[in-house]
Amino acid sequence: MAHRWGMVVDLDKCTGCEACVTACHAENNIPTAGATEAGRGRAMHWLRVERYWEGDFPDVKVKFKPVMCQHCDNAPCEAVCPTYASHQTDEGLNAQVYNRCIGTRYCANACSYNVRFFNFFNPQWEKPLQLQLNPDVSVREVGVMEKCTFCVQRIKSGKSAAKADGRELKDGDIQPACVQSCPAGAIIFGDLNDHESRAARLTHSPRGTKLLEDEGTEPKVTYLQRQSWNEPDTQ
Amino acid sequence: MNRTRNNPLADDLIRPLLHTSVWFYGAVLVLATIVLCGAAAWAYQVWYGIGVAGINWPVFWGFYLTNFVFWIGISHAGTLISAILRLVNARWRRPVTRCAEVITVFALMIGATFPIIHLGKPWLFFWLAPYPSAREIWPNFRSPLVWDFFAINTYLTGSLLFLILPMIPDFAVIRDRSSGLRRRIYGTLALGWQGTTTQWHRLEAAMQIMAVAIIPVAVSVHTIVSFDFSMAHVPMWHSTIFGPYFVAGAIFSGIAALIIAMAALRRTLRLHAYLHPLHFDNLAKLLLLMSLLWGYFVFSERLTVWYGNQPSEMAVFWATQRGEYASLYWTMVFCNFIIPVGILSFRRLRTLPGIVLVSCGVLVGMWLERFLIIVPGLANKPLSYSWGTYSPQPTEIVIMVATFAAMALLYMLFSKVVPIISIWEMKVGNQPHPALPADEEEEQQGLWRARP
Repeated sequence: MAHRWGMVVDLDKCTGCEACVTACHAENNIPTAGATEAGRGRAMHWLRVERYWEGDFPDVKVKFKPVMCQHCDNAPCEAVCPTYASHQTDEGLNAQVYNRCIGTRYCANACSYNVRFFNFFNPQWEKPLQLQLNPDVSVREVGVMEKCTFCVQRIKSGKSAAKADGRELKDGDIQPACVQSCPAGAIIFGDLNDHESRAARLTHSPRGTKLLEDEGTEPKVTYLQRQSWNEPDTQ
Repeated sequence: MNRTRNNPLADDLIRPLLHTSVWFYGAVLVLATIVLCGAAAWAYQVWYGIGVAGINWPVFWGFYLTNFVFWIGISHAGTLISAILRLVNARWRRPVTRCAEVITVFALMIGATFPIIHLGKPWLFFWLAPYPSAREIWPNFRSPLVWDFFAINTYLTGSLLFLILPMIPDFAVIRDRSSGLRRRIYGTLALGWQGTTTQWHRLEAAMQIMAVAIIPVAVSVHTIVSFDFSMAHVPMWHSTIFGPYFVAGAIFSGIAALIIAMAALRRTLRLHAYLHPLHFDNLAKLLLLMSLLWGYFVFSERLTVWYGNQPSEMAVFWATQRGEYASLYWTMVFCNFIIPVGILSFRRLRTLPGIVLVSCGVLVGMWLERFLIIVPGLANKPLSYSWGTYSPQPTEIVIMVATFAAMALLYMLFSKVVPIISIWEMKVGNQPHPALPADEEEEQQGLWRARP
């Protein structure tokens, strides 16, 4: 059976440290915009940690929510792209073909999660940062959209490594950069078609929810909600 | 031929083609400079990347798409209005139709450049066209942008035909009254028009067919433009009312543009004898009707959103109603509804300066309407962490101003090569005062008398 890649984010474990964000930038050659341009809304974070807080100081409750492309089964970005730059692969990835993109930015508008990013300028890295670029990932030019790929380069190399060893791919062989770098182990990646995989099992957890579920986009990322440990009647 | 040479009507209407004042050259120079500035701004944007514009994450569409919708809206001035007036055989239409049809063609050309200007890679815009290519993929026909591409091209082709067909007899009139190179050029354009009965019959038949065909095309074009927004699941974009709302708004702004163009022509080309106050009065009544219709649509749209009370939509609703965009929103309501209804409802206030003033206000209001549809929705999408804002940058503003200059420039140049009021249609009408009802039979005979 074909793979169907999915992800689970345990919000109870997320500390909001943003190691995943840094790892994502390093792995995927995501340019940094600089303070001025970032202030103008030109920062690119394929993965971001959203912060929401309730209450007044000192009784503040902060909630962290890592948000990346949800790789929707019913993706609004795919239908609106005039050139098929945004499309669904056989393995359920919501892929972006940079060379097909002509930069209408319609996909970014249609995306309910705002997880698509546009190259407003040609990317630049301050020396010597250009030396740490990942050779497995193409650098995107001005005028195209880009977004989280679930580290498709790691999926590919994981599959070829398994094939070279003449064995089946097992759960945990493939780790996107964010999964690998999360110190709390809050992000779990795996094949949703493999019912034994951790990701597939956790997807069906009673704590599992989808982001903006009522939009009907059918995301492949599941969020495990926080438990309220301090509520009186649960103690 | 002698008969036409002594015709004061043709003399009047051809005069602008033969005599050009210094003021004209001055105005052309100024406008052309502004247009060149716009071209330079675009070149700058292509060179450095579209980041020189104010668009950002999450407001990925800004001034360019606002202008796109605005100009496509203006294009409804012409062909649609002129086709409807032709079909209902409104006698007062005769001096108005060509002024209107020209606006359509030029506004469409200008409007259609904006989606290209706004592209990340504008040099690849032709990838929207289905053609056999090395990439071996077709355009995605599920994308409203592809629908746009086809709708606008269809409308542009139709409008060009609708404009050029009734110009043929006029080209023949100019051919017969000129000599040398001008005679050769207009002779070619006249396509061998001799004014035979068969030719007149064919022209009438062709115009009837075009007038019927162009109306559904015009309605569909702005509906499809509205689909760019209503198909996407962005708060306050995803609305079933957008199709008719956009078409009504388009006709509304189109009439305003037509009134301004006609007033300018009347003054500069001294066409007082042809463009009567009654023409402006009739158009003003149409403008009033559209203003009321526009108000009705906005009321329906706003009320249903407010009553539905969905959190993501309410964020956009309040941002426009009393938040960040409130000043623009209430300016829009003032310009599009309060002023037009307040002035045009009263015969005493419905004077030429009053009507032109209202029309200018309507253009401002309708531009704001498009802006307020596009930007606040994108700036307030469901995840409040990703809320943003938008402010236009100089590049966008220069390009926008340049397109207004381009419209004026094209219009001026056009009025120098083609009589802006259709000579033969005026002759057919035998110049009755527009207020006087002429009987149908006389009009039929007039057609044959008008043969050059």
